[in-house]
Amino acid sequence: MFFNKKKREDKKRLAAEIRQSKDKATGLAQEFEAKRQELAQNQGPLSKELKGTQSTPTGLLAGLKKGLAKTRSIFSGSILALASGELVDNEFLEELEERLLSADLGVATSLKVIDHLKGQLKLGQIKTQAEAITSLKALVAGILDLGDPHLPLAQSGPTVYLFVGVNGVGKTTSIGKLAAQLKGQGKKVLVAAGDTFRAAAIEQLAHWCEKVGVDCLAKPQNSDPSAVLYEAAQKAQNEGYDVLLCDTSGRLHNKKNLMDELAKMERSLQKVLPEAPHAALLVLDANTGQNAIMQAKEFREVVALTGLVVTKLDGTAKGGVIIGIVNEFELPVYFIGVGERVEDLQPFVPHLFAESLLS
Amino acid sequence: MFDALTQKFNDAFKKLTNKGVLTQSNIQASLKEVKMALLEADVNYRVVGAFLRSVQKRALGKEVMGSLSPAQQFIKIVSDELTQMMGGSNHGLLRSPSSPTVVMMVGLQGSGKTTTAAKLARMLKKDGKKVLLASADIYRPAAIEQLKVLAKDLEIDCFDSNPQMTAEGIAQLAKEQASRGLFDYLILDTAGRLQIDEELMNELGHIKGLIDLTEILFVADAMTGQEAVNVASSFHEKLGITGFILTKMDGDARGGAALSIRAITGQPVKFIGVGEKSDQLEPFYPDRIASRILGMGDLVGLIEKAQQHINLADAKKMEQKLRQNDFTLTDFREQLHQIKKMGNIGDLMKMIPGVGAKMPAGQEVDTGQLSRVEAIIDSMTLAERENPGTINGSRKLRVAKGSGTDVSDVNRLLKNFAQMKKMMKKFSSMGGKKSMRAMQGMMGGPGGFGPFGGA
Repeated sequence: MFFNKKKREDKKRLAAEIRQSKDKATGLAQEFEAKRQELAQNQGPLSKELKGTQSTPTGLLAGLKKGLAKTRSIFSGSILALASGELVDNEFLEELEERLLSADLGVATSLKVIDHLKGQLKLGQIKTQAEAITSLKALVAGILDLGDPHLPLAQSGPTVYLFVGVNGVGKTTSIGKLAAQLKGQGKKVLVAAGDTFRAAAIEQLAHWCEKVGVDCLAKPQNSDPSAVLYEAAQKAQNEGYDVLLCDTSGRLHNKKNLMDELAKMERSLQKVLPEAPHAALLVLDANTGQNAIMQAKEFREVVALTGLVVTKLDGTAKGGVIIGIVNEFELPVYFIGVGERVEDLQPFVPHLFAESLLS
Repeated sequence: MFDALTQKFNDAFKKLTNKGVLTQSNIQASLKEVKMALLEADVNYRVVGAFLRSVQKRALGKEVMGSLSPAQQFIKIVSDELTQMMGGSNHGLLRSPSSPTVVMMVGLQGSGKTTTAAKLARMLKKDGKKVLLASADIYRPAAIEQLKVLAKDLEIDCFDSNPQMTAEGIAQLAKEQASRGLFDYLILDTAGRLQIDEELMNELGHIKGLIDLTEILFVADAMTGQEAVNVASSFHEKLGITGFILTKMDGDARGGAALSIRAITGQPVKFIGVGEKSDQLEPFYPDRIASRILGMGDLVGLIEKAQQHINLADAKKMEQKLRQNDFTLTDFREQLHQIKKMGNIGDLMKMIPGVGAKMPAGQEVDTGQLSRVEAIIDSMTLAERENPGTINGSRKLRVAKGSGTDVSDVNRLLKNFAQMKKMMKKFSSMGGKKSMRAMQGMMGGPGGFGPFGGA
């Protein structure tokens, strides 16, 4: 299968394939570009307006805006077409590729997916557009399904989960929701306020803890976050907590000092509980584009990442970038955030995600 | 910022270097490269298409000038288009004819509205304006508290809102307080919301109906993907955005959102957030960033930074010392301080034309090196700093221990410093301006910073 999880053994072949498909795709893109222009010409008044104004920047912008509105209608029209029994043709594949790109899959992953479909087409495994869509969804779900969707548990003593990520992805909110769910399962939960940097981050977490009725260990702002985690681990161990959830400050993955701080926090936990953290979760914002790959890569270098939490999937962003991340780094998605309520932190279901990718 | 994109553009342009004339066929490879780079940079694919079309049109048209090489021509065209697409010249904050000017911050959750509101207030305060901050985020726990804490740190007034009030009520009362208190600006922070959340979008609409808003600034995360365009255009359609602020530009995201948001909505990017500290908000200069993308450097930005942070009188004094060749380790330490004040060395280097492109993507300049050099000098006695010749073996050992380095590090610093002084002696005979330039070359060259280069 194209998306072999053990693909590292065959990196060279893959690289060659990617190069080939890149060339192919640029060819296709050109063709498509030509077709689109043709389409614009046939639009009559719209194309006149485009032509008349294109030389000035505002004209270009206006043209783009109209173009966007137009593509929206093309898209909504094509959703029907996508489910049709018509045969797969180049036009269909190009449209599919655009949709994958617009779902933030990125150039490389989109091309791999399309190539996979082309391969199936050649072998006669798929014929109609509906079959292609089904195949695509199965492919995506297959990539995203890494087996056991349950978070690891400690053999003995408290289970520690560490939440990391860049600024504003929703770490604190996710912790608040998870704490509530775990408490609902009868667990004794402690939350460590490891974000000692951002103004009122501690208050935000404390507010969540109070609301859901779990204990929170916090120190004043600007304390050493490693010390907070160390104390929290001790408290969790001594007072018989089942779960310790550790919040951390948002940090950009290219800030070396902040990443080092994170590594130190992990070490501090391990001084008390050698097996901790039992899971280190990278929280990703579904709105993030290709930079999410860099985030996964860099955070993985610093802490032993166990998996992902994808937040803000209740918006219009599809979060397609995680497909490449899951495939490349073999990091499962444990939870998705789809709203503000406690129950809106949901277990990740690969086929549902695949389903929504094209909707 | 934009590093990876710059790298890709440079690759594309390399292919053009040896071509005689720009033709349909020889720019295709470069265009393709540009397209891939832009798509990977999260520029919306619609925008990429439009951009490439206009670049191609101009490249093949009559705007080609005879005095430039084809590669230069192409770079200029791409750069001009890029600049134009990102909004022409810089747009500052609008001012209402009657005070207070009300600025409302809107955007998705976690884009950085609250932090940016505080940064903006600080910037205005620094300009001598009287600013009132107000948080209408009654939803996120401790959001109001966050703004109050930030305001207190910055010694800026903050409206005393609480989660029991309505957002509309807060807006109105804050506006009244701002009018009564003769404030120049009211900056209204709002809760993060999805553009498809009708109820919350209506809330913003109500605020707009209730008070006179001069600026409605959409705060967007620079890491945003393809969806940036749809989110921004929805906000724009519903509220009439007057501009954008891009946050988290200090990350390594290629920032394609900057290109597409502007192109799709027609509204200018006004500021960029470049760090977690409250002074890390900068005006957005499309031309500078376009040239940065193209690896042409941002000298204007560098000079501005230097002017902001380096005391002119000190610099004069330093020059004098250099000329008379009584530049000591004490002076050198002082200079290190000034350089550090200007910000991250890696970021500064990228502003120097020609250097940015040569730096491998993702590689960080080791700022620890600067700190180590400082530590070594700090561990010397004043007499030693004035006269490094007195530092013998046992003194070296003491200095190394004191600074947590090795004797070899101390040796290297001393050796490099001696060499630097020798070179300066030569330069000082050349006369003022030249010597300064030579000094700058030495301090700022890509290989190293004076006495600790190559370490």
